[in-house]
Amino acid sequence: MSMLSVENVDKTFDVGTPLEFHVLRGVSMNLQKGDYVSVIGGNGAGKSTLMNIVAGTHLPDSGKITIDGKNVTKLPEYKRAAFLGRVFQNPLVGTAASMNIEENLALAYRRGKRRGFRWYITNKERALYRTRLADLELGLENRLTEKVGLLSGGQRQALALIMATLQEPRVLLLDEHTAALDPKTAPRVLEIGNKIIEKYNLTTMMVTHNMKDAIRNGNRLIMMKEGQIAVDISGEEKKNMTVENLIAKFKQVSDEEFDDDSALLS
Amino acid sequence: MELIIIGAVSLGLLWSLMAIGVFMTFRILNMPDLSVEGTVVLGAATAARLISTGHNPFLSTILAALVGSVGGLVTGILHTKLKIPPILSGILTMVASYSVVLRIMGASNIGLPAHGPNEVVSVFSFLHPILSRFTFLVEMGLVRQVSIMIFAAVVAVVVAAAYYFFCGTEIGSTIRATGNSKQMVAAQGVNTNAMIVMCLMISNGFVALSGALVVQQQGFASVDMGVGTIVVGLASVIIAEVLFNVRRFWARLITLIVGSIIYRLIIALVLELGMPPTDMRLFVAIIVVIALTLPLVRNKLFKPSGKTKERGGESK
Repeated sequence: MSMLSVENVDKTFDVGTPLEFHVLRGVSMNLQKGDYVSVIGGNGAGKSTLMNIVAGTHLPDSGKITIDGKNVTKLPEYKRAAFLGRVFQNPLVGTAASMNIEENLALAYRRGKRRGFRWYITNKERALYRTRLADLELGLENRLTEKVGLLSGGQRQALALIMATLQEPRVLLLDEHTAALDPKTAPRVLEIGNKIIEKYNLTTMMVTHNMKDAIRNGNRLIMMKEGQIAVDISGEEKKNMTVENLIAKFKQVSDEEFDDDSALLS
Repeated sequence: MELIIIGAVSLGLLWSLMAIGVFMTFRILNMPDLSVEGTVVLGAATAARLISTGHNPFLSTILAALVGSVGGLVTGILHTKLKIPPILSGILTMVASYSVVLRIMGASNIGLPAHGPNEVVSVFSFLHPILSRFTFLVEMGLVRQVSIMIFAAVVAVVVAAAYYFFCGTEIGSTIRATGNSKQMVAAQGVNTNAMIVMCLMISNGFVALSGALVVQQQGFASVDMGVGTIVVGLASVIIAEVLFNVRRFWARLITLIVGSIIYRLIIALVLELGMPPTDMRLFVAIIVVIALTLPLVRNKLFKPSGKTKERGGESK
């Protein structure tokens, strides 16, 4: 069953100005229920735009986006959010710093529901939040009333992962969610994410600029180049992939030298 | 002397509603809203016009607050729908409301109708018969002053409490989060524009309510009474933060009211010491600059651990 489908999507920024940038050129992608795809590509390849088009931050110039059979192409971001869980790159963006942990979770718990003048949290929810936080094994379950601003970047991203999945999303969007973390914390947060994804069999799209992360995580890998999907591998081919092979494949497909050193080094 | 102090405390209490409105936008929504300079006069003018044409002061005051909310609505639409930067949106509302105020009042200033000697029709009047039973107040000639003070204190506490509980609701909590991260709130399925507009409507309603009550305290409304409001509001917010530095949300609201009173006491004191009233706005601006730079100076002198504070939202 197709959970997310992107059909022939085009997007150009700053049309009619010297900065005009054709960032997505007829991109099509289809995710089945439970698929976990990592999307990789250099700067300007269109991976972040593709994610933002799915999330509704940007609307496509043409093409069609369907989430779980529902056409959401023209749906504004906040309405589409009912189907999506998102974790942002910047931990400061994904959580409300001056509010405490339970306030943040209560906010996420109401995703896709009507908000009114009821109290922001119920005691029943608190119990749920404790169980979900306990899964993280970070001791956050005992710090419900602590300000999120006092947490470390890794803790905040872990909390953001819980927030994104508290109401089970049709598609989970991870936008370079470990890129702002230190090298010790990043794998830990990735691991936490993988556990949650596995537990709830979530359909996931992860944007990353780290080749190793892209290869190690998920069951499918998409590499973008100049607004198009250059490589799309899954199954055994994905499982046996190495950074060297991936670069070779990329060269072969794009018929060009791979000149992004940062991608090689990471 | 007690007349001056009671007057200053009353004014501080009445203006504290405005300070709460400024706090809501500056600190909670993290959006500087300059429309308060206009909406405070909208409230004042509406109340003055309605009361002077014989309407019930309570009803007039409530309508005045609603007119202020409309001002907030305009600022909100300019910013969220027409994508005008927040400061400019506020300035546009402020400028436009000048003409609206002149339309409402039909003159650049109007007085309230008399209600006995040295007295105008106001929401405070109903307390007079009760307070007149205390002979010492009558002898000291403080009945009117004390009734204003009591009424103002009750309104300030009620408004602060209402705002406190509003912040604890699902919508109030969402508004606080919007001040932290619009992107996150949108990702949680909330129309952040609606939250911004709602916050501006509530805050400007409080500001206009403040203006409407001040009019009834001073007995007249004038088109230029809003000049500097934003600075006064900020001064109260900052005085409260610098002097008390409390964490709990309800405590912050209480200190905000106290901050507004302290500000009025300072003003009363310097006027008493002989500063010409014409120098007042310069003086206020300097106070705000000093208060704003105080944390900077303190950090330079004492070199603390240096954790930067993220603004907006505020937990309860």
